Amino acid sequence: MSSEFKKEQIIFYSIEDESLKKLHIYESGVSAGFPSPADDYLDVDLNLHKYLVKHPTATFFIIAKGHSMEKAGISDSDLLVVDKSLEPKNKDIVVAIVNGEFTVKRYLISRGSICLKAEGLSNDYPDINITDSIEFEVWGVVTHTIHNNR
Amino acid sequence: MIALADCNNFYASCERVFNPALKNKALIVLSNNDGCVIARSNESKAIGIQMGEPVFKARKLIEKNNVTVFSTNFALYGDMSKRVMSLLSNMSPDIEIYSIDEAFMDFSGIKNYLRLGLEMRDVVLKHTGIPISVGIAKTKTLAKVANHFAKRHTKKDIYILDSESKISSVLKLMPVSKIWGIGSQYAKMLNSYGVKSASDFILLDEGWVLKKMTIAGLKMQRELKGEPCISLDTSPSRKKSICTSRSFGVKVTQLQVLKESISSHAARCAEKLRLEQGCARYVSVIIKTNPFSELDGYYHGYKTMNFNTPTNDTMDIVGAAETLLKSIYKKGFIYKKSGVIIGDIIPQNQIQLNMFDVDQNKAKRDSLNSAVDFINKAIGKDTVYIGSQGIAREWQLKREKLSPCYTTKWNDLLTVRC
Repeated sequence: MSSEFKKEQIIFYSIEDESLKKLHIYESGVSAGFPSPADDYLDVDLNLHKYLVKHPTATFFIIAKGHSMEKAGISDSDLLVVDKSLEPKNKDIVVAIVNGEFTVKRYLISRGSICLKAEGLSNDYPDINITDSIEFEVWGVVTHTIHNNR
Repeated sequence: MIALADCNNFYASCERVFNPALKNKALIVLSNNDGCVIARSNESKAIGIQMGEPVFKARKLIEKNNVTVFSTNFALYGDMSKRVMSLLSNMSPDIEIYSIDEAFMDFSGIKNYLRLGLEMRDVVLKHTGIPISVGIAKTKTLAKVANHFAKRHTKKDIYILDSESKISSVLKLMPVSKIWGIGSQYAKMLNSYGVKSASDFILLDEGWVLKKMTIAGLKMQRELKGEPCISLDTSPSRKKSICTSRSFGVKVTQLQVLKESISSHAARCAEKLRLEQGCARYVSVIIKTNPFSELDGYYHGYKTMNFNTPTNDTMDIVGAAETLLKSIYKKGFIYKKSGVIIGDIIPQNQIQLNMFDVDQNKAKRDSLNSAVDFINKAIGKDTVYIGSQGIAREWQLKREKLSPCYTTKWNDLLTVRC
């Protein structure tokens, strides 16, 4: 009995919380019965955030208010994914600052002149032609529009 | 070479990203409880609003110049800071995040300092809308000096202190009070000996500096002479202590109200401690009255208590804090501020149990705390809390001019007309 004790070594483990967190729990559990045939094919979860947000440091979510971009698929209260790091290209939808105010419009550039085009269902919404007297800046490019269908 | 990137008027700049109408306008951000001015746009500096000034003193200037006023929105500033720091880390492998708006970076091995510095400035501005300044020099203290100079005297917000002649002329322009690490006390002392500028300071005898300003002062002096003494700290060490304190939004006289605030601070400390996976050996409680109010009399109570076994249990820490509070509370004073400090923090997996401290409930308490942290993280801060923290919490601070948490709350997202 005593000799058996002597043989045993006592080792103290310092348990790091991190290593515990990394343990994965199998989807089908470990109870009796057949394991799920799908366990071998478990893939990573599809991460919608990663799909929508290519530049996390530069991406902001913004709520659209108004109807001037309905034809472009932006309805009142839609959630816009806006990337500030992108340079606007012709026909991008952008969040722009015009004379100190935010607006969402289609960015059209031809021969150096810029027009912010409204795309409402009616013709009530004027385009904004950017002239020298207008203080103008593109704040970010709208990369996705999230619309709630219910 | 060491680079220091520092966000320009960081809090004010954060507010401006979401308020384009405030471009080129005077705006200020107030401290907790809307007490003092803690951030100013350049326009507010120009009209003479002072840093740290109580807001009532600046009231006339604010009204006359139509200055826009904000309460501190740390959720917003924290998120914007995370973005800036993440961008800087991508561009420089060795980085020490020094504060919410400053980072030191190791530029050794970089061929073109100016190009990298300008790239940092442009990328950060483009991605986040936050303007930064970059100072580059041989030591951290000189990089601070270079940054100070870049902000005030350059158009591109970048300055490289790379020659003896540049260093000596810039140090002449730098008041000692503005040197990194020299507080107002040392600045006063130095001024009284006729030491006005940083270039006066580096001429002082090293023995004298050591005697008057300890080893820290000597290090500052050597760093200003171009001898690196403070290395880049790229792996932030575990915190030694955690403090939560707040000024009250209302006049507080009763023990019960103080108790609610102290319980809340203690619970918050415990939560932060668990996040760091640490346990604290002691807890201290502070209560004080308004030092500027001569009528009410000044009282400052402070007491510390050691735990038998270091702990991160909310109930242990709250319980101890309440006991301390009862022993320092005095009737008849109007209290202005309360705080809890927990300290001597060690990693939670290195605790040695005290032989007299056999707590049968420890495992249960640990799971309870984990559950509470989990719920509060998933659903929102203070979804579950200890009863003694109070429900109405009328003592909480004033933040009347709080801007929306544009980047961290669904209900606060920026709305744009279209």
